[in-house]
This record gives sequence, structure tokens and C-alpha cells, in this order.
Amino acid sequence: MNFNWMAWTGPTAAFFLIILGMLITMTVWEIRVPGGAPRRGILGFETTRGDRLFVSLLGSAFIHIFWLAFFSLNLWWAFALACVYAVCVFIWV
Amino acid sequence: MIAKQVNQKAWFMVLPVFLIVAFSAVIPLMTVVNYSVQDTFGNNVFFWVGFDWFRDLIHSERFHQAFLRQLLFSGIILAIEVPLGIAIALTMPKKGWGVPLCLVNMALPLLIPWNVVGTIWQIFGRVDIGLLGHTLAALGIDYNYTQDPIAAWLTVIVMDIWHWTSLVVLLCYAGLCSIPDAYYQAARIDGASRWAIFRYIQLPKMHRVLLIAILLRFMDSFMIYTEPFVVTGGGPGNSTTFLSIDLVKLAIGQFDLGNAAAMSLVYFLIILLCSWIFYTVMSNVGEESSPKGGA
Repeated sequence: MNFNWMAWTGPTAAFFLIILGMLITMTVWEIRVPGGAPRRGILGFETTRGDRLFVSLLGSAFIHIFWLAFFSLNLWWAFALACVYAVCVFIWV
Repeated sequence: MIAKQVNQKAWFMVLPVFLIVAFSAVIPLMTVVNYSVQDTFGNNVFFWVGFDWFRDLIHSERFHQAFLRQLLFSGIILAIEVPLGIAIALTMPKKGWGVPLCLVNMALPLLIPWNVVGTIWQIFGRVDIGLLGHTLAALGIDYNYTQDPIAAWLTVIVMDIWHWTSLVVLLCYAGLCSIPDAYYQAARIDGASRWAIFRYIQLPKMHRVLLIAILLRFMDSFMIYTEPFVVTGGGPGNSTTFLSIDLVKLAIGQFDLGNAAAMSLVYFLIILLCSWIFYTVMSNVGEESSPKGGA
């Protein structure tokens, strides 16, 4: 099959592969160590592991957008900040 | 503690839907992501530009204005349609011949396609041949939605209210019908006022359907395209150019695919964030107000 019409690039392919990898990791994690039942975190609402991944990804997207809007520093700093944010979400939210 | 038995095999039943969604949504979304980091001059030839389109978009005055117009539109129609829908649902009969009559009348606007609604209101509002425009002109009111931005906004808002309040009404009516009579009997024994019945019985019982109504109306109004496009075409000037209309102008009118792809993604993320916030807040409000461990 020809996927040229999708205009693939190396970085975007890597981005989607990382997302896919995250979903597979979450599945394996849940099978190996079940514990995805809802819990109430610091934001005061119940989240499962899947919810926390969603919050991490959505928040990371907005961190990158705000970084582009307000800072002229390299976007890798925003990526580092998003990683820290995701870890915090998984621990406390 | 008894472990809950979960049959994971049921997930296989979801597989066909998953494949359809992948084909119709995920693959196009991936393509949009690919477009958003490249530029093209046609002929399927692309050049890597990184995050330049996003940078341009975020600092674009045109995007800011379209976004603010969109927020204002969604805010206004939610502020009108939700209370109006609840009020109409409360006045609808619960039994007798009036029930089918009201339900059919309420459902009628929902059955009309978007472009037809736009055409109806486009003609209805015209000063020369439209009933509304002609009547207002005869009354001495200066109304012309093709020249006056306020008239254009009023037309688009009233049109949306006419088209979609019924959805809120029907959902609220379904919520109201599910309240057992015992609740009202208990309220009567306690001598509760009409307001107290609404505040402590009807509103809490409607909150789930209200959540669905607000979510649906927010998402629909935030991506509204056809009706305002048919009525005003985004004008006069850019006064009713909402995000979706601006996006189509950018993608199809100017053929700026990279810029339009970046705008689509930011637009998508905003809708995703707002819907998630609405859903989380409203489902948690329900959980806090309902007793734990109940059926």
C-alpha cells in the first residue's frame, strides 16, 4: 500500500510510535500489576491509570503550545517540563 | 473484599468500531499532524518546517479574534439554551394528549438539516422578501444582517436557539419523567415550595442529562459551520467568522494546508480540553451529591 498521500516524516512517525508504545506499556503494566482502579488524587476527582495518561498527554500538548506562545527557548525544554508534569500526574493526580 | 469479575473478552466486540474509527478518524488525524509540520506547493511534494505553523498561528491576530468570537458564541448560546430548555421541559405535560403533541413539535427543528436551517433563516431574515426582515423593517427597526454585525450575530444566535433548544428540552424532559412520584409526594408532605422542589429534586435528578446536553451543545456550537456560513458567509466583514469558517477559508480558500493543519490541531485540543473539563466537573458534582454505596 502506498502511504505517500499521508505525507509521513520521521519525527511524526516517531511521535505516533511513542504514543502507541505508551498504550502498549499501559496495557502490559495493567496485566502485570493490576491497579488501574479509580483513585482520588490532589485534584479531588477519581482517575484511573488511563485517565492519568490522557491528562498527561493533553497537558503536555498545552505545555508545548504555551511554550511556543511565551518563550523563545528551544522546545526540548518544554518536552522536559512535560515529562516532569506527566510523572507528577501519575504520582499525585 | 470481593474482587469484581470482569469479562475482558467483551473488548473483542468493540474491535469493528475500533477499526472504523481508525479508518475514519485516526488516519485522517495522523495525516493532519503530518501536514502541520510541513509546507506544500501542491503535487504531493512537502517541505519540513518544524513548528513554524504553530508559532505563526499562536501569534496570529486573525486566529485570536476567531477564537474569541467562537467562545462568545458558545457562551451565549449555552447561557440561553440550557435555562430555556429546562424551563420549557418543566412546563411540558407529563400525561395526556399533550405529551405526543409537545414531543413532536419539539423534535421538528432537530429533523431539519443544517444547510436547510441556514437557508430558511437566510430568507426569513431578508428585508426584501423575508417575513422577519420585512416585518422588522415595517416596524421601523433598522435590521439588515448583511450589513450590520449586531444584526448578523442576533440572527445566528436566534437561529441556533431555534434549532437546538429542543435537544436540551427533550433531554431534560426525559430526566424529569424518570423522577418517581414518591419524591413529589414527600415534598408535598414537607410543604416544599416550587423552587425547593426544583432545586432539591428536579435539578439533581436532571444533572446527568444536563451534562450530556451541555457537552453536546458546547461541542456542536464550538464547531458550528454550516448554518452561519449559509446565512452570513462569515460576514459582514469577519464579524461572524467563527473558527470553523476561518479554518475552511484557510484550508480550501487559500490552500494553506500546513497552517490549516496546525489550526485544526489546536482547535481539536481546545475542544478536547473543554469537553474533558465539563465531563469531569459535572460527573464529580453528581458523585458528591449522591449517597455512596447506593444502587
